[in-house]
Amino acid sequence: MAVLVYADHDGVNVKDSTNKAVSAALAISSDVHVLVAGSVAPAKSAASIDGVSKVLVAKSDALSKDIAEAVEALVTPLMANYDAVLFVAGAAGKNAAPRIAAKLDVAIISDIIEVTGPKSFVRPIYAGNALESVESSDGKLIITVRTTAFKAEGNGGAASIEEIVAPNATHSATFVSEAMVKSDRPELQGAKRVVSGGRALGSEEEFNAVIVPLADRLGAAVGASRAAVDAGYAPNDYQVGQTGKVVAPELYVAVGISGAIQHLAGMKDSKTIVAINKDPDAPIFQIADFGLVADYKTAVPEFQNSL
Amino acid sequence: MKILVPVKRVIDYNVKVRVKADQTGVDLANVKMSMNPFCEIAVEEAVRLVEKGVATEVVVVSIGVTQAQETIRTALAMGADRGILLTSDQDLEPLNIAKLLKAVIAEEKPDMVLMGKQAIDGDNNATGQMLAALLDWPQATFASEINIDGGKAKVTREVDGGLQTLEVALPAIVTVDLRLNEPRFASLPNIMKAKKKPIDIKDAASMGVEVKNHLNVTKVTEPPKREAGIKVESAAELAAKLKEAGVI
Ligand SMILES: Cc1cc2nc3c(=O)[nH]c(=O)nc-3n(C[C@H](O)[C@H](O)[C@H](O)COP(=O)(O)OP(=O)(O)OC[C@H]3O[C@@H](n4cnc5c(N)ncnc54)[C@H](O)[C@@H]3O)c2cc1C
Ligand SMILES: Nc1ncnc2c1ncn2[C@@H]1O[C@H](COP(=O)(O)O)[C@@H](O)[C@H]1O
Repeated sequence: MAVLVYADHDGVNVKDSTNKAVSAALAISSDVHVLVAGSVAPAKSAASIDGVSKVLVAKSDALSKDIAEAVEALVTPLMANYDAVLFVAGAAGKNAAPRIAAKLDVAIISDIIEVTGPKSFVRPIYAGNALESVESSDGKLIITVRTTAFKAEGNGGAASIEEIVAPNATHSATFVSEAMVKSDRPELQGAKRVVSGGRALGSEEEFNAVIVPLADRLGAAVGASRAAVDAGYAPNDYQVGQTGKVVAPELYVAVGISGAIQHLAGMKDSKTIVAINKDPDAPIFQIADFGLVADYKTAVPEFQNSL
Repeated sequence: MKILVPVKRVIDYNVKVRVKADQTGVDLANVKMSMNPFCEIAVEEAVRLVEKGVATEVVVVSIGVTQAQETIRTALAMGADRGILLTSDQDLEPLNIAKLLKAVIAEEKPDMVLMGKQAIDGDNNATGQMLAALLDWPQATFASEINIDGGKAKVTREVDGGLQTLEVALPAIVTVDLRLNEPRFASLPNIMKAKKKPIDIKDAASMGVEVKNHLNVTKVTEPPKREAGIKVESAAELAAKLKEAGVI
């Protein structure tokens, strides 16, 4: 039977993470459909993803705000027609997917990094310090996908698009407001390069004066350690790690970050890792391809000038 | 207002976990165990709500081995009023935990459940959402701020790209994120007092809930090791090496 992918989109286009989730779905079944919830516009880009045979689109305000109850009300009945649904393991997917699984009385399979069979998956546990291979005995599979572990399908397809009606449910959770960080820089997840700053930066001003220009020079997204976020040097959604975002860019530059396991969990699959830290024994150097033991205050400007 | 806080006993976050040679799981023998850090944040928030006069009682519940009593004691020392332990030697999936918690909720009738967004052992990030579904309650996950007023909770959530604020009617499930608060250390007098607070211990099997694992763990392995690279002497050399490697 067919497999459904719940699209991750920005209201205009699907994000690259959706192309990656489709790649995971294709490893389960050759019949992959994509569900675009919220706005209609991204359906076009969803239909162009290679390997997708059909796009369903459901318009609704509650869905565009990722209200879990609304997503549950939409997806749960659709599962009569599907063997599996895959969500991108971001805030929205993690919020809604387990709710749907419980409604269907099946397990949630969180954060898969590999598909090893039609019902078999590998997922990281203990902040990625162990990998768990699981086989599901359920009839329906509810999955979230760690998209950094999958390649993105191309955009040469032309699937059919079908509008469906979102259930008109009343929800006991209502949207009040949002405060989104606006930035012209690439988004952290999916960025080819990431420059992250840690506690060493000492202040928001210093973070903005040191990390941001280096990121701009490299065309990179900006990340941070939990310590830097907690101290207010960087916004919450910059946090990379076990409980923040998981990234795997071509280049990851860690400045003044010690390399706690919880941080490594979010970036250790990056292709090339650069660490700048004044402590030669900082654990970050154990995984860095290029380590520079230096004070960032002199090293970062010098690095920037040599680029 | 009564708050229920489910707390999990996990390997301490500072411990470097080791995978067992026979690939059946991670080594738990002689390893330091602690309360899941996110559960600590949930306990702290519940206790603060009592201190602010918003809540009146905090009940903590843990499902696990008998030693999970220590985890409950920690929560009692932080200020929770009493504990419930459902003993089970099985490693239970989030759906089973959610079903057992639902049974506890049927008895306790809390106005709100405050829990961690994620347990740092299984990294599932699922139990709260599943519990909300089973109860048909609203959920507000990944909370970084909670305000309760007039039978409603206004919750600010950490989402991709920023913050979102939702209003949920109580009773509701709220799962907490790291920035909500900084949990207190229990003082010695409070640790002593906690010894006298009641913990109701019963077998999870006595709850009338069918527990069944849906996922068969076929093996647990070590992730591929990443080799350390080289140290460079200067920032200029760093830039040169990156160019040489075709990275920039
Ligand atoms: C439940 C839980 C979840 C967590 N989740 C995450 C997560 O998702 N992401 C995350 O990052 N952390 C997470 N943490 C926190 C993690 O354990 C560490 O505390 C955190 O990563 C440390 O951040 P840091 O490296 O910036 O700070 P520190 O560990 O304080 O390191 C600062 C580094 O800067 C170096 N330094 C200082 N001055 C200079 C200078 N002038 N020039 C160069 N280097 C300098 C120091 O040598 C040091 O190595 C979590 C913790 C818990 C308990
Ligand atoms: N065995 C357990 N006993 C009590 N609470 C639990 C247990 N397992 C999970 N929880 C709760 O569910 C939250 C999320 O866990 P998880 O979904 O496993 O990542 C935890 O922070 C706890 O609040």
